[in-house]
Amino acid sequence: MPIYLPIAELPVNVFLILGLGLAIGFISGMFGIGGGFLLTPLLILIGIPPAVAVASVPSHMAASSFSGAISYWRKRLVDWGLGFVLLSGAMLGTASGVWFFALLRRFGQLDLFIALAYIVLLTIVGTMTAAESLRAIVRSWRGTPPILRRPGTHAWFHGLPFKLRFRQSRIYVSAVPVTVIGFAAGFIGAVMGVGGGFLLVPALIYLMRVPTTVAVGTSLFLTLMTMLVATVLHAIENRTVDAVLALVLMLGGVFGAQFGARAGQAIRAEQLRLLLGILIIAVGVRVAADLVSKPVELFSVVPKEIWE
Amino acid sequence: MKRDVVTRSTMAAALGAACLLATPATAERLVTSVSTHRVLINSNFSGTELVLFGIVDDAPAGTLIGAYDVVVSVRGPARSYVTRHKERVLGLWVNTDSRDFDQVPSYLAVLSNKPIAEIGSPEMLRRYRIGLVNNVLPPQAGSDVSDVPPEDSFRGAFLRVKTNEGAYTADPKGITFLTPRFFRAAVPIPGTAQTGDYDVETLLIAKGAMLAQQQTAIEVVKTGFEAAVAQEARNHRFFYGLGTALLALITGLIATLLFRYD
Repeated sequence: MPIYLPIAELPVNVFLILGLGLAIGFISGMFGIGGGFLLTPLLILIGIPPAVAVASVPSHMAASSFSGAISYWRKRLVDWGLGFVLLSGAMLGTASGVWFFALLRRFGQLDLFIALAYIVLLTIVGTMTAAESLRAIVRSWRGTPPILRRPGTHAWFHGLPFKLRFRQSRIYVSAVPVTVIGFAAGFIGAVMGVGGGFLLVPALIYLMRVPTTVAVGTSLFLTLMTMLVATVLHAIENRTVDAVLALVLMLGGVFGAQFGARAGQAIRAEQLRLLLGILIIAVGVRVAADLVSKPVELFSVVPKEIWE
Repeated sequence: MKRDVVTRSTMAAALGAACLLATPATAERLVTSVSTHRVLINSNFSGTELVLFGIVDDAPAGTLIGAYDVVVSVRGPARSYVTRHKERVLGLWVNTDSRDFDQVPSYLAVLSNKPIAEIGSPEMLRRYRIGLVNNVLPPQAGSDVSDVPPEDSFRGAFLRVKTNEGAYTADPKGITFLTPRFFRAAVPIPGTAQTGDYDVETLLIAKGAMLAQQQTAIEVVKTGFEAAVAQEARNHRFFYGLGTALLALITGLIATLLFRYD
């Protein structure tokens, strides 16, 4: 069943878009990531102009993360304090990222930079996540008690000032590294056109030692806020938000996120982290494969600044 | 797929109207009529077909099928494109070279009754812009003027990519002569067609000589809901963005309420 997208100016199969939204929403709810790093390339692959895909995906992420965030919040798995400190950093990071994006475009080779950034980040984050969770799974399989807290060990950033106690996350850290993490997630998210959740969740778990479920719930809250802002900014700056595309994606996304959140809470934390790690590595490998294998068509045609 | 059905009566009426507007010419005259002058894009638009009928007026008696050649060129609104070429650098396939194609048709259909090369000399085809390649000028070679692309590979690639996308069509069997003087052409308008004015040009050729030309135009426009959304996105950017953000919250909330059984 075709549906015409008024801003993208092309017809798409409504069930294909609905299915994409559902699948990405499921992953989003399960892992607490926005899913933009999966959805944006997929939409471009089926022929949506990149400018429309990048601008319309945030509203889908807002819808599915809102749905997921409510689910986590009802189980008291959102750390509001941590969320707001992260958010202040993320807003600054997003603004700097948008500026850096424009700078890269002026020098050309933006595509290459984005692809390389994807590969490097996804491989590092994915491998770290998968390796750690595998160790945890092996530990529990052998029957060794898991090392949850290490009170004696303190990372260097524990010595920083402005210490805050985040009760939900059961951590007592300086606001400085938290803001930096938020900034990094916002910055990389804006440059790569994704939500940044896939960086935030591992950073909260491994650097801040936030429990996995709270990290996911808090990340969902952060994704919701940044994506709402991104939707309005894209509508003002680029005028390429396709409300029809967004609505179809959202409808799939919110239901997917509900199932995903349930699935995520049913699975053991370390298994959830292993799955997330594998998923991130898989996307990184896919991007790398595209870059090293010879394309079928060596030429590409893109409209020149069609969205003036 | 939605197709425009042209009944005999409307066709006859349209032809009659077109006859009055026909240009006075020395010998053969060309009279054409298109099935519609406005292609409306609604929510289930996925492309359509434009039907063009034409008649050769004042043709000598005893003309046989094959005496005339007809070329119909449909050119969509002009747009500018960049064609990039990938090369292997340090094991990675990256864009190394590019050419600009400025103000070329976003849509192009060239229909004829036989292969373009058999219709006229290369000079004549170039002069009257007949065929895909003669509608797209060779690209500017960027800042380096001496950097002429080998064998015009960028233009060839541009036409190939646009043809694969369905935006460009060349159909050497696209014109059907129903009688020696009466022909029909079916022009496919894809779902991805840009909105705007489309120029429809019909050329009447015999033995490589141009006999007559006919120009008409059609318009591709969004209607109803589609037009309203596009207009809002353009005119009320902040509220459009806010509306979309609100839509996201409402959708998220509804899903949560529907699933609230625990």
